[in-house]
Amino acid sequence: MNAGSLQLTTPGERELVMTRRFDAPRQLVFDAHTKPELVRRWLLGPPGWSMPVCEIDLRVGGKYRYLWQHDRDGTKMGMGGVYREIVAPERIVNTEKFDEAWYPGEALGTLVLVEQGGTTTLTYTMRYESRAARDAVIKSNMESGVAASYHRLAELLASTPARGRA
Amino acid sequence: MQITHRLDTIFAALADPTRRAILARLAAGEASVTELAQPFAMSQPAISKHLKVLERAGLVSRGRDAQRRPRRLEPKRLGEATKWLERYRRLWEGNYRRLDALLDDLKTNPPTPGDDQ
Repeated sequence: MNAGSLQLTTPGERELVMTRRFDAPRQLVFDAHTKPELVRRWLLGPPGWSMPVCEIDLRVGGKYRYLWQHDRDGTKMGMGGVYREIVAPERIVNTEKFDEAWYPGEALGTLVLVEQGGTTTLTYTMRYESRAARDAVIKSNMESGVAASYHRLAELLASTPARGRA
Repeated sequence: MQITHRLDTIFAALADPTRRAILARLAAGEASVTELAQPFAMSQPAISKHLKVLERAGLVSRGRDAQRRPRRLEPKRLGEATKWLERYRRLWEGNYRRLDALLDDLKTNPPTPGDDQ
């Protein structure tokens, strides 16, 4: 896998796993995920969005809060959660919930960074609490384009063997 | 909004493993309800119920043969759903490309330790 190639896999019914290699030591990748002034430089989503709020209390039990805003029409989208596990610079586990709570429970995100020969492999696993949560996400209004929806969609589609026919 | 509503129906239809397996079977070619029921150890009415959901989502249609009434896959509709997956992938690729640039920047200008903790 080359840097720049994002892999999506679905090891379980409730999980989505993203893997990506970065040409940098993992301390820097870790910093880029945990220092607000760095996070807001890249975690922006589609073009036209900025991140006016990025608050990170990096300790177990500490909270984080992200808010994105569309530069032109001012649309806002927020999410946040609590850190469950922090092992700098290799592992972070946090809950994840969008403001528009359209599914029961929270998702659990696990970030794992493995460094080898100066490059870092990032693995990000999203895990939803229940099948019910997943189904609620699926049935929700997709128009909001919320990232977690995409997670669920990606999981579903990736587990649909017929997708290659599309 | 119209396409959004349809996507909801599509993803709800895809949420069930039996229905995904039916789609996988139909990807290999059209099949009658009887043929579809065989590998699933399910009654024909149960399969018909799943097929109804798939048909309502536009993922499956009925063939011309009045006797067999074969079902077949509608790949175009499934394509609408996979477009969402592509959007998702593009979103994260965009994020990670920005992260690449940021990391390059950090390698040449290392952050001062503890400057924001």
